[in-house]
Amino acid sequence: MSLFRGRRILTGAMTLVAAAAMTACGSKTTDDPSATGVTADVTGDTVKVGLLNSLSGTMAISEVTVRDSIMLAVDEINAAGGVLGKKIQPIGEDGASDWPTFAEKAEKLISEDRVAAVFGCWTSASRKAVKPVFEKNKALLFYPVQYEGLEQSPYIFYTGATTNQQIVPGLDYLKAQGAKSVYLVGSDYVFPRTANKIIKAYAAANGMTVLGEDYAPLGSTEFGTIVNKVKSSGADAVFNTLNGDSNVAFFKEYKSAGLTATAMPVVSVSIAEEEVKGIGTQYLEGQLTAWNYYQTTPGAANSKFVAAYKAKYGADKPTSDPMEAAYVAVHLWKAMVEKAGAFDVEKVRSASGGITFDAPEGTVTVDGTTQHIAKTARIGKVGADGLITEVWNSGKPVSPDPYLKTYPWASGLS
Amino acid sequence: MTVLFGQLFTGISIGAVLLLIALGLALTFGQMNVINMAHGEFIMAGAYTTYVLQQSITGAGWSLVVALPVAFVVAGTMGVLLEILLIRRLYARPLDTLLVTWGVSLMLQQLARDVFGSPNVQTRAPELLTGNVALPGGLTIANNRLFILALALAAVAALTLALRLTPLGRRIRAVVQNRDLAAVSGVPTARVDRTTFFLGSGLAGLAGVALTLLGPIGPTMGTNLIIDAFLVVVVGGIGQLKGSVIVAFALGVLQATGEYLTTLSVAKVIVFVAIVAFLQWRPQGLFTLRTRSLA
Repeated sequence: MSLFRGRRILTGAMTLVAAAAMTACGSKTTDDPSATGVTADVTGDTVKVGLLNSLSGTMAISEVTVRDSIMLAVDEINAAGGVLGKKIQPIGEDGASDWPTFAEKAEKLISEDRVAAVFGCWTSASRKAVKPVFEKNKALLFYPVQYEGLEQSPYIFYTGATTNQQIVPGLDYLKAQGAKSVYLVGSDYVFPRTANKIIKAYAAANGMTVLGEDYAPLGSTEFGTIVNKVKSSGADAVFNTLNGDSNVAFFKEYKSAGLTATAMPVVSVSIAEEEVKGIGTQYLEGQLTAWNYYQTTPGAANSKFVAAYKAKYGADKPTSDPMEAAYVAVHLWKAMVEKAGAFDVEKVRSASGGITFDAPEGTVTVDGTTQHIAKTARIGKVGADGLITEVWNSGKPVSPDPYLKTYPWASGLS
Repeated sequence: MTVLFGQLFTGISIGAVLLLIALGLALTFGQMNVINMAHGEFIMAGAYTTYVLQQSITGAGWSLVVALPVAFVVAGTMGVLLEILLIRRLYARPLDTLLVTWGVSLMLQQLARDVFGSPNVQTRAPELLTGNVALPGGLTIANNRLFILALALAAVAALTLALRLTPLGRRIRAVVQNRDLAAVSGVPTARVDRTTFFLGSGLAGLAGVALTLLGPIGPTMGTNLIIDAFLVVVVGGIGQLKGSVIVAFALGVLQATGEYLTTLSVAKVIVFVAIVAFLQWRPQGLFTLRTRSLA
């Protein structure tokens, strides 16, 4: 029966692989009910802050650039004399693209290192993993990436866009361009599914038809059928919430199928300058993105930011929206601490409202209630040089509205 | 109608990718009964070979042409090394082979991460392969997928001819059908094993080159595909090629149709249920090799 032995062993092998995968997913909870708020250690002549980003694994490509950008802000502040006379001492941890690791490292930064604030996280999954840790310890997290909204933790400051500062303006732009129908393509996890729920509610209220909705697992590289469906739907535009490397396969397939940015534009919300470089401009030229900042955004503050970044990390390194939001986060924290006159979390929180900063994207203002910031929405087009140039902006900063309370069509969402 | 043909072609091209990956396995797993969990990493090696060549050879077209034979040799050599250093010592212990090759697979992934960095990399496709062929009725067929289909069919044809007509092919078949009898008849089974492993691993390298036309190149790209490829060989029937060819295309079309009518995840479920049902009915696979072997 040697012919069958192979298969039986193969079955064993698959079980083994599956078991390994499950172990990897098993959550290492760090919950300790006895712990209440940990106060930051600010007795020395330095103040410690935590940097929590993935330096390895699938998210490293994006999160390393955020870490670099945070370090740039820290250096600038230290060169200018620090915060309340204390130099910032950054303590870096690697989240390793693994959500339980994020929670573990957050606990370590708060309880052992007793940092005054933590900057980091990228995916919504990692934010959701660390949120209870920060809330339990009454510690502060600054989260620098656009996300799906519908969240407002008292211990998180959101310096990236919420939906009404990115996705809704993106849809407004498509509507103004005359798009009557859209096709939704996204990765299969919390951000794209929530975003698409919001998009469908918007479409229903604005006379737009959603012709189809498809999800691919994170890391998926087979888009033949999805592109076929998109093509045969004849939609006016595609709204793309794919994350990571799936974008490479999607846009390769899109071009092979003969679809172009002029015939059926794709609006992406997770493709910034760094990702354009990775995917290749040959596939992306002319496609649209929705963000709050581009490397090409005009203004003295941005010229200074771009020049400083390139001087520190290399002339070929582009700057992007999440990097800018992370850079802004550190400066905003400094302003909050100085207004409060203390590093104490509750004092910093109550001092936060109304704080402004002359950011590379333009002046931003902290909203003390939602702990989000008012940002200008910008639609951009990918150029042949791999940079994104703005084709539309909201003219003035858009007030954050994470629960979309001011939009009647969103009343059914939760 | 256009959609129907479009989907049919998508299914066939998914099948072609599956076939390219499974073909090497049909040799090493199907013919030699070695479960090589590192097969996926040979695919990765082929893909990174394309990437490295593109850094040094200008012109995406030429680098692809050069990459095909080079990737075949690179992956094949890795296969032979694995065979000589580890697998040869474990022929009678299939479970150990499985664990050892799985370990090798993890080491190769880490090696790729150390050498090329953990973010995935991309290659530029030649202009010719980024376009499509427009057929009457608005149907378009992507050039890169046509290329992969042609490559898969050429590989099947070459392998079939080699197994049927060459002295080496005859020896491989003899060893598969009855190793002991082949050995006493003077066939150098150890050398035949090594050559078979070279061919099987080399085919994985070819698959890697083809995959650079569809998606990104990363340390874990092989692992995502290897399970599907094992399924193709198991369902097709161990020990011969034609079952794998038929099953690869059948699964591709089933996957594409299911995905068109439902969603990607549901389509995967449909494919797996179909496989389980099929194996209940024909546990030995689509075709079986008739042998007089008593083992």
